[in-house]
Amino acid sequence: MLEKLQNSRNALGIVFMMPAAVLLLLFLTYPLGLGAWLGFTDAKIGRGGEWVGLDNYIFLWNDSVMRLALFNTLFYTTVASVLKFFLGLWLALLLNRNLRFKSFFRAVILLPYIVPTALSAIAFWWLYDAQFSVISWVLTRMGLIHGYIDFLGDPWNARFSVIAANVWRGVPFVAITLLAGLQTISPSFYEASAIDGATPWQQFRHVTLPLLTPIIAVVMTFSVLFTFTDFQLIYVITRGGPLNATHLMATLSFQRAIPGGALGEGAAISIAMVPFLLAAILVSYFGLQRRAWQQGGNDA
Amino acid sequence: MSAVSPAASETVGMSYLETRRRKLAVVYLPLACFLFVLLFPFYWMGATSIKPNGELLSREGNPFWVHSPTLDHFRKLLFETAYTDWLWNTVIVSVVATVISLAFAVFAAYAIERLRFRGSRQVGMSIFLAYLVPPSILFIPLATVVFNLGLFDTRLALILTYPTFLIPFCTWLLMGYFRSIPYELEECALIDGATRWQILTKIILPLSVPGLISAGIFAFTLSWNEFIYALTFVSSSEVKTVPVGVVTELVEGDVYHWGSLMAGALLGSLPVAFVYSFFVEHYVSGMTGSIKE
Repeated sequence: MLEKLQNSRNALGIVFMMPAAVLLLLFLTYPLGLGAWLGFTDAKIGRGGEWVGLDNYIFLWNDSVMRLALFNTLFYTTVASVLKFFLGLWLALLLNRNLRFKSFFRAVILLPYIVPTALSAIAFWWLYDAQFSVISWVLTRMGLIHGYIDFLGDPWNARFSVIAANVWRGVPFVAITLLAGLQTISPSFYEASAIDGATPWQQFRHVTLPLLTPIIAVVMTFSVLFTFTDFQLIYVITRGGPLNATHLMATLSFQRAIPGGALGEGAAISIAMVPFLLAAILVSYFGLQRRAWQQGGNDA
Repeated sequence: MSAVSPAASETVGMSYLETRRRKLAVVYLPLACFLFVLLFPFYWMGATSIKPNGELLSREGNPFWVHSPTLDHFRKLLFETAYTDWLWNTVIVSVVATVISLAFAVFAAYAIERLRFRGSRQVGMSIFLAYLVPPSILFIPLATVVFNLGLFDTRLALILTYPTFLIPFCTWLLMGYFRSIPYELEECALIDGATRWQILTKIILPLSVPGLISAGIFAFTLSWNEFIYALTFVSSSEVKTVPVGVVTELVEGDVYHWGSLMAGALLGSLPVAFVYSFFVEHYVSGMTGSIKE
């Protein structure tokens, strides 16, 4: 009797999993393997590839644009993630206060995250316009600058401009998620520490931060993953320019593979992102493990 | 109470004890700055989309105000471009991909979370890993798959590929939701002789309507936002989605029609903003719930 139930459960489980599994195997797992294979071939659009071993990777390693893209991606990810973390945490702490219209704030703040990135990126493109940027207009009126800023024409200006757009889009996500984490912290911790004479900074450092660490780790893993593989913002605002100064690995891979036609090379670039992504996941995973162990394993 | 220490006044539960001026400086002022920065691009989109070209391309006057608003850009967008096609495509693709993903995810999440078949833990883990696979790694090989299936340049290509990121997400979200439904309900039904199908349709689904709604709006907004697949798998104007159409078709050439561009961005953002505004609470709780898993 029990065995029959067990059997039917297994059979039923497989039946229930079937639709999702078939679709994911066909359009996710198989392409993932295919991508790894393509990276070792000289496939072009409209022509299947021959196995060329590590040729793509060797070529890319010596390719100055690829090296620049790798640098840009690391720079973009690091600066944007750090900014998103601090600004997001700050915003979360502000929203966690006893505020009027709390749910209104919460709802409105998520808008940059909801609206299609490609469309808000167009707004940023216009905000960064070399001749008509309203940012330049305000700054000149305030007497802070004399000529209009060439936001997207200069390599470093362009890098910081796209980072600003990325931070703008990402802060709401970090803030709302951390806010949810903050709200699970029991007020009694704060009351107890206040009675013991803890300063606000000490409370933040020894109560808020440790209790928030697990959720910070999760949010920041997601944030790093999405920033590292970002495509839309760059594609819309700069297309990798000026002089490849804002090319990320994702945009370079697109450019080489689709308009450029070199599928094998493009696939190799995207496969080259995988080790970094795995590293990001492992860091946060083991970071969490260590924490769980420190707290006697109760904090999963 | 008036002699309360500054330390205590910082805590969440007691913040009402703070002095007004201090709270204004450390809470409301920064919050206002955040709000301004986060919302300004939307204001700017709106203002630009109703400005006549003369005002748009002038450095004189106050750019923050629209002196003689016009709907010309909207008229151009709707009647002289394929924008309405793009809108329609985006609606079709998003709705169909969402419905498919939601249906598949319900079965998958129920199987993993409640049937506990052999290997369900591993399957659950791989679903989570599937969510972490970024589209910017997948789009090149996926393009060759789409091409070989003869789906290139069709809406079906998008409808079938969007579930690759929607199913993992919805499954993960629904797993958490199903877990919160007491198992006893199901056991009682089993004892009474209900089949799994009856349990799923008559007990689990009605109880998880809020979870289904948040998974649904998430899937809808994610599909509406999708860019790289739509950019790669579709090339004719009449099959494009709004984000891709606006970016690739409206910005050809050297002269940028900023007014129409902003009108297009605004109109393309409205549907998601609209759906979102109705279900904010679901969205927020879904987002925070899924991340805590």
